[in-house]
Amino acid sequence: MKTPIYLDNHATTPMDPRVLDAMLPYFTEKFGNAASRNHSFGWESEVAVENARKQIASLIGASPKEIIFTSGATESNNLAIKGVAEMYAERGNHIITAATEHKAVLDTCKHLEKRGYRVTYLPLQQNGLIDLEMLKAAFTDKTILVTIMYANNEIGVIQPIAEIGRMCKERGVLFHTDAVQAVGKVPVNVIADNIDILSLTGHKIYGPKGVGALYVRRRNPRVQITSQMDGGGHERGMRSGTLNVPGIVGLGEACAIAQKEMAEEAKRLGYLRDKLRNKLEAELDEVYINGTMEHHLPNNLNISFAYVEGESLLMGINDIAVSSGSACTSATLEPSYVLKALGAGDDIAHSSIRFGLGRFNTEEEVDYAAAKVIDVVRKLRELSPLYEMAKEGVDLSKVQWAAH
Amino acid sequence: MAYSDKVLDHYNNPRNVGSLDKKDPNVGTGMVGAPECGDVMKLQIKVNEQTGLIEDAKFKTFGCGSAIASSSLATEMLKGKTVDEALAIQNTVIVNELSLPPVKIHCSVLAEDAIKAAISDYKQKQAAHKPALEPAVA
Repeated sequence: MKTPIYLDNHATTPMDPRVLDAMLPYFTEKFGNAASRNHSFGWESEVAVENARKQIASLIGASPKEIIFTSGATESNNLAIKGVAEMYAERGNHIITAATEHKAVLDTCKHLEKRGYRVTYLPLQQNGLIDLEMLKAAFTDKTILVTIMYANNEIGVIQPIAEIGRMCKERGVLFHTDAVQAVGKVPVNVIADNIDILSLTGHKIYGPKGVGALYVRRRNPRVQITSQMDGGGHERGMRSGTLNVPGIVGLGEACAIAQKEMAEEAKRLGYLRDKLRNKLEAELDEVYINGTMEHHLPNNLNISFAYVEGESLLMGINDIAVSSGSACTSATLEPSYVLKALGAGDDIAHSSIRFGLGRFNTEEEVDYAAAKVIDVVRKLRELSPLYEMAKEGVDLSKVQWAAH
Repeated sequence: MAYSDKVLDHYNNPRNVGSLDKKDPNVGTGMVGAPECGDVMKLQIKVNEQTGLIEDAKFKTFGCGSAIASSSLATEMLKGKTVDEALAIQNTVIVNELSLPPVKIHCSVLAEDAIKAAISDYKQKQAAHKPALEPAVA
């Protein structure tokens, strides 16, 4: 076993060597511009791009013509939300989203608010799920778009997407989902899930960085979006720019592999995740799981170790790469807004660790990580005045803290 | 973020971890910070009645590595000092000693606050404990 061990697969994934093999020829000998219609170099690239489009569409139950290539999920989310807002401005100006969306969605919505749109940010239930009654109450006759992520990148909770999609359909409102964490990990089907627009990206599914896609429904309804970049009118006029052929080939191959291996992989990672969880819960008191485990990505575990601060824990397990919701690990010095939105309390957010298991993790690595975390949490609790007080029976919520 | 060697050393081998008897009149306890802010420091001093010097100091800290290192270093600095000398300790000394980056300066401020809180507690206890030494009315 080699250290450091990578358990941060929600941030990004290593590329599958099979994906790299598929991409390599398109950097060198097969370098043609997919938009060159008049020679074999262009044709060769176009064939590769269309093959990738098929592979991606197949994974999410779409038709290849409904796939638009982008530079990644941030661009896909921007294009979807701004593109719909502009295109359907005459119909309404109201957008519904959730407080726990990725910043690429939240900041895009904030941008639109400055330009006169109205946005409703739904709070979440404590288990991390959207309250469908609240969503129902949020629709107005001006609502043009609902954008809710498929699965959360921090807590791994999977939203009732098909139900949300059905509610949108009934009201003639478009439904966009940021599905970067779900595609390739759990079955996603744009028809069954009633999805109109979907964002996905290569680097979360063992493909390359810098390439993503947007699914835009062509039938029932035919969705139109206003392009956000002027240029050659590529991608049915929705996204100009010369196609990143090697990246697209890689994204396609990553989707094809995911489609073939997803069921088996989800089972394996689910087993490892449960093993990790069980070990931590068996050896340590006062650990709390964030987000319901009933609707959950198989590779995610977000867990808080009470009375231990996240950054100091990361420092102790420095040969294991994970993330923390602790303020000290973020650029803003604010604890995780996702955990706060669950009403978890800042102290739970400060104590949280996110494990993201991936295709290349072994059981040995997970066992090592569990043992190491247990060891360091014990050590830090020896150091923790809060743990000492809790053990003495002090109710920490009743203490008057000298906040600073 | 990369940690300085000294922060890592204090984190890996924290000095003077533990607790002193809160009820001892010669012990001063300072508790600063809040769990919601991500750091809480408990710092205690024990003053020798004869010499007036701080003979022991202990800490427990909930917080990041820099907060743990700041409080660990503070206990080292306190030992052997008079109470007045301890009161003069400034956070900048801790910042320099640990090479703390700007985002971690608040950890050193918290350590200074903890020292002051412990001394203030000690002084209050002493005043309550030895009322006879200073006549209340002249």
